[in-house]
Amino acid sequence: MGKIGLIIKREYLTRVKKRSFIIMTLLGPLLMGSIAIVPAWLAMQNEEVQEVIVVDESYVFIGGLQETESLKFFYKPGVSRQEAKEALLEDKYNALLYIPANILSSNAVVLEYKKNPGVSTVYQIEKGIEDKLIEYKFKKSGIEKEWLDNTKKQSQITMDTQKINQAGKGKTDKTLVSTGVGMFAGILIYIFIFLYGAQVMRGVIEEKTSRIVEVIISSVKPFQLMMGKITGVAMVGLTQFLLWVMLTFLVITAVMSAFGGSAVTPMKKGTPMEEIMGVQSQAQPSPMDEITSTAPDKLLDNLFGHISIPTILLSFIFYFIGGYLLYGAFFAAIGAAVDNEADTQQFMLPITIPLIFSFVMAQFVINNPEGPVAFWLSVIPFTSPVIMMVRLPFGVPLPELLLSMGVLIAGFVFTTWLAGKVYRVGILMYGKKPTYRELWKWLFYRG
Amino acid sequence: MELFKAENITKAYAHHVALKGVSIEVKEQSIFGLLGPNGAGKTSLIRIINQITGPDEGQLFFNGERLNAKHVEQIGYLPEERGLYKKMKVGEQAMYLARLKGLSQADAKKKLKYWFERFEIQAWWNKKVEELSKGMAQKVQFIVTILHEPKLLILDEPFSGFDPINTNIIKEEILKLRDAGATIIFSTHNMGSVEELCDHIALINNSEKILDGPVKQVRKDFKKNVFEIEFKGEMLMFTNALGHQFELIDHSKEDGLTTARVKLTKELQPNDLLQSVMPAVQVHSLNEVIPSMNDIFIQAVNERKNLN
Repeated sequence: MGKIGLIIKREYLTRVKKRSFIIMTLLGPLLMGSIAIVPAWLAMQNEEVQEVIVVDESYVFIGGLQETESLKFFYKPGVSRQEAKEALLEDKYNALLYIPANILSSNAVVLEYKKNPGVSTVYQIEKGIEDKLIEYKFKKSGIEKEWLDNTKKQSQITMDTQKINQAGKGKTDKTLVSTGVGMFAGILIYIFIFLYGAQVMRGVIEEKTSRIVEVIISSVKPFQLMMGKITGVAMVGLTQFLLWVMLTFLVITAVMSAFGGSAVTPMKKGTPMEEIMGVQSQAQPSPMDEITSTAPDKLLDNLFGHISIPTILLSFIFYFIGGYLLYGAFFAAIGAAVDNEADTQQFMLPITIPLIFSFVMAQFVINNPEGPVAFWLSVIPFTSPVIMMVRLPFGVPLPELLLSMGVLIAGFVFTTWLAGKVYRVGILMYGKKPTYRELWKWLFYRG
Repeated sequence: MELFKAENITKAYAHHVALKGVSIEVKEQSIFGLLGPNGAGKTSLIRIINQITGPDEGQLFFNGERLNAKHVEQIGYLPEERGLYKKMKVGEQAMYLARLKGLSQADAKKKLKYWFERFEIQAWWNKKVEELSKGMAQKVQFIVTILHEPKLLILDEPFSGFDPINTNIIKEEILKLRDAGATIIFSTHNMGSVEELCDHIALINNSEKILDGPVKQVRKDFKKNVFEIEFKGEMLMFTNALGHQFELIDHSKEDGLTTARVKLTKELQPNDLLQSVMPAVQVHSLNEVIPSMNDIFIQAVNERKNLN
C-alpha cells in the first residue's frame, strides 16, 4: 500500500470507528423519515376548538357559516355588539365576529379575540363569509348555485404535459415528482458538501494544533497528506450515504410489511426519495390520489415516468464527489491557514456564498429547468453540483450532462492545485492570523 | 567521509532572508550540533534537509547523491514543534507513523515491540495519547523517530519536555545510535549537552554561518591564554608578584584558598606565571581556562552584533 493509501486508511478508519458516526448513520434515516412524518402528524393533531360568537346585524349569515371540528359559531340575533363583547370577556368564547348591517356594500367585518386564533382559523372564517356572500348574491341575481357548480364541473379539463425529444416520442412529464426528487437531491448535496467539507477542515486544524503535521510531512508530501485526508473523508461520506440508502430501504420495507404485504414489491427499487413522495401526498393530495388509485406495481413507473433512478443515483454520487472535492480542497486550505476553528469564519464566506447562492437559485431553476440560467448554473462548477441535481429529474440532454461533468472535473483539479499551494505554506505557519493578502502571496511561494 | 553535505544554501521568504549561502558538512557516524539564537535560520535549514521546503539556491547531497525523495526513508526527524494525534491509541499511531516511513507492517510491529520493551512502556500500547503525560508522549515520539533506523537523524531540541532522568536515558540512546552507525544533526539551545554530545558544530546567526568546526578545535580557538590559579597566602603579595606582565581578571577566596584568574600575554608560558608567584604564595593548582560552549556562543553572536 502506498503512503497515500495509508493516510486514506487512517482518515477513514478513525472516523468510521467514532461513536458519532455510528449514531448518525443509525439516526439519519429516522431523522429523514421524521422530517416527512412529524409535520404531517402535527397537522393532524387538532388544535383547541375555537368558539366564536356571531353578532350579525344584516341577518344574512345566521346559521349559514361553515363549521369544522375546531371552529364553532354561536349566533346571537338581537344581541348588541357591546353585550356580546362582555359575554366574550366573561365566558368561554374565544372570539367575537361582528357583521354590520351594511355588509353587502361595505364588505367589511370585524373579528375580536382574547387570544390570537391563528392564521388558518382567521382564513377559514373569512372564506366562510365570502362563500356565503357569493351564494347570497347569486340567489339575488337569479343564478342557481347548483347550475353554476354543474357547469364548472362539466367544463373541467385535464392537461397532460409532455416533453418531445428528437425522435418525436412524447413522454409523460411528472413535474411534481421531478421537483421533489430534484430538490431533495440538491439539498442533500448541499448538506453533504458542508458536512464533510467541515470535517476535512477540522481534521487539518487538529493536525496543526496537535503539532503532528511536521512529523508527517517529513515522511510524505503536504499535497499527499491533503489529498489523503480529502479522499478518506469522501469515502466516509459515501459509506454513510450508502448505509442510509440501505437502512432507509430496510425501514420502509419493515413499515410496509407491517401495513400489509402488497406494497412491499414496488418499493424494491427504493431510495430515500420515497420520503419526498410522502411529503407531497400531504401537501398536494389530488395527483397522488390518482397515482395511488392505480395498481401498486405500476406505482413506480407511473411516478417516475422518464426519471431513471440509476442515472440519478449515479449522478448523485458523481456530483457529490465532484462538488465535495471542489470545495473540500478549499476547506483544507482554510484549515491550514488558521490556528483554531474560531478563526475560520472570515475565510468561510467565499465558500458559503456560491453554495448558498446555488441553493437559492435552485428554486428558480425548478420553475424553468431548461432556461439559460439553469444551463449556465449547471455548467459552472461552483454551482453545478446542486443545480444539476435539481435539473436532472426533468431530463437533461446527455451532451449537456457530460459538459457539466467535464467542467466539474477540471474545476476540482484546479481548486485542489490552488488550495494545495496555500495548504503547503499554511500548515507550517503558527501564531498569527493570516489575511487574504498573505494567502495570495502563499500561492506564489516556491517549493 | 561525509554523509550529508549542504552547499551554499539560500532561502528567502516574502519578508526576510532565512538563509544566506550556508554550507555544512556532516561526517558519517558523528554528532553535528546546529546552533544559533532563535530565528537565526536553523529550522529553515532543517526543513530543507527534510525536503519539507526546497532551497532557492544551493545543493544538497546525501551519501554522495543529490538529495531526493527516496532519501526520506533514511532520515529520521524529530521537529521542535512536535506532537501526536491526541485521540489515537499509542500503538496504532506508532504503527501508522512507522509505516509512513516505509516500514512493512510486520517490521514495524517487531521493532516497536523491541523499543517499547526497552523503554518499559508496553503498558501504554492501548492508551490514547491524550492520557499520557508530556514526557511520556515525548518518549513515544522519540521511538517513532528512530524506529526505521535512519542513517541520518535530525533532532531539534530533543530534550525539551524530559525530566533529568529521562534526559539522561535519551542522551545515552543518542550516543548508542551514533556508535551503531547513525549520523546525527542535533539542534539545541542547551550548550551543556552540546559539549557532552557533539563532535562538530556550526553556529548560525542572522541567516549566516559564523562558526564551524570540531568542538575541541572551536574551544581551543576561543582560548585566551587565561589561567586559573589556586593558592594559599596574601592576596596583596600575589598582586605584587604579578607585576605588569600579567593581567589579573578576578579573584575569590573560600576556606582560606584564593582562586584568581590571570591572563597571560602571548609570549608568556604558564611556567613564567609560576616562577613569578611561587616566591610570594603557596600554589595549589594551575589550570588553563577553556571557554564553555555557552561562552563561545554568546561571544560569537555578540561579536557579530558589534560588527554590524
